[in-house]
Amino acid sequence: MNWAVIFPLLVFLIIIFMIGFWASANLKDSNSFLQDYFLGGRELGGFILAMTMTATYGSASSFIGGPGAAYTQGLGWVLLSMAQLATGYFVLMILGKKFAIVTRKYNAVTLVDFLKERYDSKWVVLLSAFSIIIFLFAAMAAQWVGGARLIESLTGLSYTAALFIFAASVLVYVIIGGFRAVAVTDAVQGTVMFIGTFILLVATVIAGGGITNLISDLAAENPNLITPYGFDGGLTPIYVSSFWILVGVGVVGLPQITVRAMSYKNAKAMHRALIVGTIVVGFIMLGMHLIGVFARPILPGIEIGDTVMPLLAMEVLPPWLAGIVLAAPMAAIMSTVDSLLLLVSSAVVKDVYINYIKPDASNQSIKTISLGVTTILGILVFLMALSPPDLIIWLNLFAFGGLEAAFIWPVVLGLYWQAGNKFGAISSMVVGVGSYILFHSYYPNPLGMHTVVLPILLSLLAFVVGSLLTKRKVERAQLM
Amino acid sequence: MVYMKHGINQKDPRFKIAHREAWIGVILVIINFVWWYGFAYGLGSDSVQDYTYVFGLPAWFFYSCVGGFILMVVLVSFAVKFFFKDVPFEDEGGES
Repeated sequence: MNWAVIFPLLVFLIIIFMIGFWASANLKDSNSFLQDYFLGGRELGGFILAMTMTATYGSASSFIGGPGAAYTQGLGWVLLSMAQLATGYFVLMILGKKFAIVTRKYNAVTLVDFLKERYDSKWVVLLSAFSIIIFLFAAMAAQWVGGARLIESLTGLSYTAALFIFAASVLVYVIIGGFRAVAVTDAVQGTVMFIGTFILLVATVIAGGGITNLISDLAAENPNLITPYGFDGGLTPIYVSSFWILVGVGVVGLPQITVRAMSYKNAKAMHRALIVGTIVVGFIMLGMHLIGVFARPILPGIEIGDTVMPLLAMEVLPPWLAGIVLAAPMAAIMSTVDSLLLLVSSAVVKDVYINYIKPDASNQSIKTISLGVTTILGILVFLMALSPPDLIIWLNLFAFGGLEAAFIWPVVLGLYWQAGNKFGAISSMVVGVGSYILFHSYYPNPLGMHTVVLPILLSLLAFVVGSLLTKRKVERAQLM
Repeated sequence: MVYMKHGINQKDPRFKIAHREAWIGVILVIINFVWWYGFAYGLGSDSVQDYTYVFGLPAWFFYSCVGGFILMVVLVSFAVKFFFKDVPFEDEGGES
């Protein structure tokens, strides 16, 4: 075991724990437990808001998978990853102040609360709660596997032990501290991600003898690596551009991001978060993927993309600094997982249990149930991640795009198009998720674009047509 | 009418501000995309021997990705400073 590397990781975990305890002390004297536990009492400031959005969004793929792909594909993959710059400002600007005002009026704690009040439909609520629980549970399990693998590779512990450490550290602060702990730890984790990216980028450029040198090494190995088209010319402009839907504008439909757009304190916080968020997300995405490309001349011949980033950090940095930098992917995974866990728990407790099973539950019993459900979910994910069933792996493939296709139009048009109604929302969700799964299975990447594009267009069509066709019916029902 | 539910008045002047800001978001993302696409495939489609370099990076990459990032930070800051308005989120009257 390499203690110089492990020590900074331990310090990082201890800080995260302390934040959890601090946040739980804040929860003790709360008289609206739901609002506080699942939404932090809507009092996030600008910096924390920006960080929690960025860190929730930036996951294992930004730090492990992404640099690995950039290592193989070259600068074309960095270009593709820069579509994510839009997430820094687009989500907050689009949902913006209207979402903040409307969700306050609705007293909404979850995204599903918003949909429930907006569409007044049990089916909308059940469909959306169900897709959140299924898809995000699968996504969460996949991230846990990533977190455990990372610990396994850094410490040399067995997979089970690594998973246990990872699970225990996340569970403790999420269960006791709720949203506030998640958001504040996200801010720390986001900062670690930012600093880690910076250190590793600088060290990599130095180790490679400067940018000019690195680029000419790449061009000497394979000129395609420094074109926008990928190592074998396979990255077509339309394919790369279609990622603007998947990881750019479509992110508006991801419930774990959307819920953050209702958690901030005031307009100033939002303004600040727009600027900070754009800087942080742009820097991390540009930096990490560029690191992946630059790793190629320094460490040629790596077979498994996921190992590029950890191997590079150990190669170009002294051990203690590598430990700090390797806390970054750890932070990225934890900050995604903690948000997902809390969101799935809120879907079970608030959207299903309180809405339909026991609407008159007391503050105290809600508290017990929230903590209980979060714990049980955490243990379930742990068990799943021990040896992930095929179903989970399969579902995880759809988690990102599937949720976007399900929620983007019911949320955005629900906010801005008054004629949209529950029939439009239901058809949009069914068509979005259904067509995504069908395209993925039978006709992936239609017309050379990422699979997510057509389902998002189809769900838009379904929303508009569904709403217009039933306009009369809804108006008549309201008159009665 | 359904729109008046929960005391939400679509004529609320704050919504006018919110709608304008949402359109700014759409405009910014279009600028972002056009800039990104234009430089990447405009300059990047030359053959590699003809590439020019800025700070050691191929020019297409520098302008599209590095330049595009800086441009967006500037544009977002500018939009927030000059076009975004500070409005209260709670109603005076104060249901929380």
